[in-house]
Amino acid sequence: MSNIVVIAEVRGGQLKRTSLEAVTAGLQLAQKSGGKVIAVACGAGLDAAAAELAKSGVHKVVAVDGPTFANYSGDAYARAIAEQVKAAAATAVLMVHTAMGKDLLPRVSALLEGSVVTDVVEVSCDGGTFGARKPVFAGKATMTVNAKKAPFCATLRPNNFAAAEGSGSAEVSKTAPPAGDLLSVVKEVIASSGGRTPLQEAKVVVSGGRGLKEAAHFKLVEDLVAAFGPGVAAVGASRAVVDAGWRPHREQVGQTGKVVSPPLYIAIGISGAIQHLAGMRTARTIVAINKDADAPIFKVADYGIVGDAFEIVPALTKAIAEIVAGK
Amino acid sequence: MDIVVCIKRVPATDTTIKIAADGKSIEPAGVSFELNAYDEFALEQALRIKEQLGSGTVTVVTIGSKDAQKELRDTLARGADKAVLLTTDQWVFDGASTAAALAAWIKSVPCNLVLCGRQAVDSDNNQLPANLAARLGFACVTEVAKLELADGTFTAERDIEGAREVVTCKTPAVISCQKGLNEPRYANLKGIMAAKKKPLEEAAASLPAPALEIVSLTLPPARAAGKILGTGVDAVPALIAALRDEAKVL
Ligand SMILES: Cc1cc2nc3c(=O)[nH]c(=O)nc-3n(C[C@H](O)[C@H](O)[C@H](O)COP(=O)(O)OP(=O)(O)OC[C@H]3O[C@@H](n4cnc5c(N)ncnc54)[C@H](O)[C@@H]3O)c2cc1C
Ligand SMILES: Nc1ncnc2c1ncn2[C@@H]1O[C@H](COP(=O)(O)O)[C@@H](O)[C@H]1O
Repeated sequence: MSNIVVIAEVRGGQLKRTSLEAVTAGLQLAQKSGGKVIAVACGAGLDAAAAELAKSGVHKVVAVDGPTFANYSGDAYARAIAEQVKAAAATAVLMVHTAMGKDLLPRVSALLEGSVVTDVVEVSCDGGTFGARKPVFAGKATMTVNAKKAPFCATLRPNNFAAAEGSGSAEVSKTAPPAGDLLSVVKEVIASSGGRTPLQEAKVVVSGGRGLKEAAHFKLVEDLVAAFGPGVAAVGASRAVVDAGWRPHREQVGQTGKVVSPPLYIAIGISGAIQHLAGMRTARTIVAINKDADAPIFKVADYGIVGDAFEIVPALTKAIAEIVAGK
Repeated sequence: MDIVVCIKRVPATDTTIKIAADGKSIEPAGVSFELNAYDEFALEQALRIKEQLGSGTVTVVTIGSKDAQKELRDTLARGADKAVLLTTDQWVFDGASTAAALAAWIKSVPCNLVLCGRQAVDSDNNQLPANLAARLGFACVTEVAKLELADGTFTAERDIEGAREVVTCKTPAVISCQKGLNEPRYANLKGIMAAKKKPLEEAAASLPAPALEIVSLTLPPARAAGKILGTGVDAVPALIAALRDEAKVL
């Protein structure tokens, strides 16, 4: 019997929706390993988040809750979670590949002398051996690995697992953060997206490229994003337009930007350079709008329209807005 | 401050990847290698900290093949004081064993700051710096896009989903560097000449038993041939229908 720990991410008391994707992956693994799934959350004031987790289908929730954990501290959270992994006798630990996940899980694995694979798109458990599949070389190849050391720790690329929608009522146990100094302390969290949906969590990413000709024309992209309704879509950009100063780097999709994997990715006036593809080729459905029928983006796009973005995008925005309004 | 900069030699980002006959590694023929781009930010930051303090050492280390001498020489030419090559014939993709070997080496040298890139663009792990820090018991901030050092305290900024985190820590620390942190300098002729006289030490890496084993390396499944739905505005209804009825994303 092999238990699975899922680390849930809570920021400002709010459970990150993507954590429920890790719950799904955990439940999948537990079915194969014959173990239970224990969700562990760190923070301060975790009651609401823990209650939500308790419903997700996990077997148990552990909330490491206390004022010293109000802000993220990689070293302190890692120590607390490592303790919980030991207490749960878990042989696998999952978390989403977010800014927190990629900072935290490698530390947990190191404290426990385990194995760690990051940014995975698939996890497996075969005859007691855990494994994972992940893109490497900027998505130009896929690597499949097996764990040789326990616990097997993996961060999951967002949007690759459906969010768990259980109706369970798992036991919640609350414990205080372990004593000890915090080596690093988050002093401040400055919102940078003005309440907009973070790129990696968006269900739809609409990216614009140099084909839009100038910064002001990104209004076309923003209008299309808005047409999907609040909290659904986000603006992305190619490096060419970030380098030109039209958009901030945090919106850049690609090898030297963000990797996104949304259900729908719309590329507007983007040629589809290999470094851009690295950031979006695992999107479920890709749409390309480009006036050049030979643009490489059409090789990865599921659907393409050849033509002038300045004509096509407003028509698309109108059609999407009508559908969304009709829902 | 004694600074260690961790670097990796990786395939250039525009290289075409071919899978070798063993089905577990890449075909090295025809691949051009370079210093991992994020490690350039780490080296630059190390040189700037040394300049700011007016004292200290910058030592560059890598675990890799003998060929990495070339990238190490380049870091010496840009201003590092010393380079160390911990050799192995294996492709180092396993963050846990790499971090264990680097941690053991770092403990054997004077070091109060380790600077890394955020990610090596071969295995695309983004895990070594945090893994290393936990093994060393050092403070750690990853994916840092802005860094200041005043009165012995680092103030680092990093992007998280929808926000920017401001994190403080003291030495000893591990910091991983994101694009935007600085503009790396390149080697000039004087630097290249000086580098010839700087120490480049070599020793066999003592990597522990791997924590991961590669089952296979494959090319990504080709995306099914896409459909060009038409030209211009007239194709919009076909796109809406495809997204709603076929892809079911609306
Ligand atoms: C080390 C390295 C890292 C990189 N990292 C990234 C990265 O992370 N992300 C990234 O995106 N790039 C990255 N790049 C850059 C990449 O190689 C390309 O240069 C970049 O993606 C091109 O951006 P673009 O598609 O917007 O511009 P272009 O390649 O100039 O393409 C513009 C497209 O717009 C089309 N177009 C023009 N007018 C219209 C119109 N009216 N309507 C419709 N279409 C139109 C054109 O046909 C063309 O296909 C990297 C490069 C290197 C070397
Ligand atoms: N083999 C290695 N030798 C030295 N440093 C490394 C090695 N692999 C990774 N690093 C460092 O760790 C950073 C993150 O790498 P990774 O976690 O592998 O994506 C890199 O940018 C380097 O600074």
